[in-house]
Amino acid sequence: MGAQLRVYRQKIRSAQTTKKITRAMELISASRIQKAQARVAAATPYALAVTRAVSAVATYTNVDHILTTEPAKVERAAIVIFASDRGLAGAFSSNALREAEQLTELLREQGKDVVYFLVGRKANAYFSFRNRAAERVWMGGTDAPVFETAKEIGEAIVESFIRDASEGGVDEIHIVYNRFVNMVTQVPEVVRVLPLEIVDGVEAPGENDVLPLYEFEPDADKVLDALLPVYIESRIYNAMLQSAASEHASRQRAMKSASDNADKLIRDYTRLANNARQSEITQQIAEIVGGADALSSAK
Amino acid sequence: MASSSLQVSVVSADREVFSGEATMVVAKTVEGEIGILPGHEPMLAILAGGEVRVTGVDGVKVTASAEGGFLSVENNNVSIVASAAELIG
Repeated sequence: MGAQLRVYRQKIRSAQTTKKITRAMELISASRIQKAQARVAAATPYALAVTRAVSAVATYTNVDHILTTEPAKVERAAIVIFASDRGLAGAFSSNALREAEQLTELLREQGKDVVYFLVGRKANAYFSFRNRAAERVWMGGTDAPVFETAKEIGEAIVESFIRDASEGGVDEIHIVYNRFVNMVTQVPEVVRVLPLEIVDGVEAPGENDVLPLYEFEPDADKVLDALLPVYIESRIYNAMLQSAASEHASRQRAMKSASDNADKLIRDYTRLANNARQSEITQQIAEIVGGADALSSAK
Repeated sequence: MASSSLQVSVVSADREVFSGEATMVVAKTVEGEIGILPGHEPMLAILAGGEVRVTGVDGVKVTASAEGGFLSVENNNVSIVASAAELIG
């Protein structure tokens, strides 16, 4: 067998093996998207109820609470970045990281310090490669987030939010994650979670509207104290679930194009291998004919 | 209030535990037990961990345990929101 032919066959075999892997990953991701979407849907009633309650307190009371009032001067802002644990998901992690970098630039321009909370091995790798520090890192389980992690993250950021800026606390918290729009579209999104920015779900009362008399037990301040961490946790949990669904969708697409690409490579190399085989045969015939001619003329 | 029943939903962080119409809800807040009947004024209360008892319109009683959450009442809609909640019995 000619050397050229052998090289082509080797390339075909390697493309075939790669295709098997990418195809398997594509199928796995496809089946997991469904589950991830179902989890987003299952967590929605909670998020809705919490949001509605927070909106009610924020709209119908005028208590000054640290979590709702805009600080006079923002010295430090925190960004929570939701990336993935594993690669091979197209631009999934880099999208979130790029969005975070843009946000960082914007915040720096406004004269704010930026600290990071990272979720996902890829985010950690990105930061440690660039020798940049992160306040805290959570790794593992980005493809199937659990509420406990959301709770942990929520507690950590609320804690650093409550701490004074002079002691390393932050005055603003942003989250960056990939929002799952549908199977083909996932958009990186930035949301400022603290202090509360947009409170959706409840319309702001008009000038002359009579506010419903809300009763708070024990009192509005305490309710806010208890409610806001819950709200943050639910926002974080939602971001994690969305991010997980996006990760699967993104990986499925990346692996599909990888499989298609492998198909194309196999086809191209098969053509080349056929060519090489044919030209080898042609050459052998030519050699035999040439040899026979030489022999017969030598007689 | 014309309507004479409550829309009750009990939700935990990862799913909706219970949802339906009821005539009465009894829950334990940090200040003590509270019973809610249709037409209750809007309120928000912090729940103390414990049982939530819901009496359905057909008289069937449902009990759920709720851990670390709050209760909100608005327009005959009662939401019991807890990070962990589940039905008992």
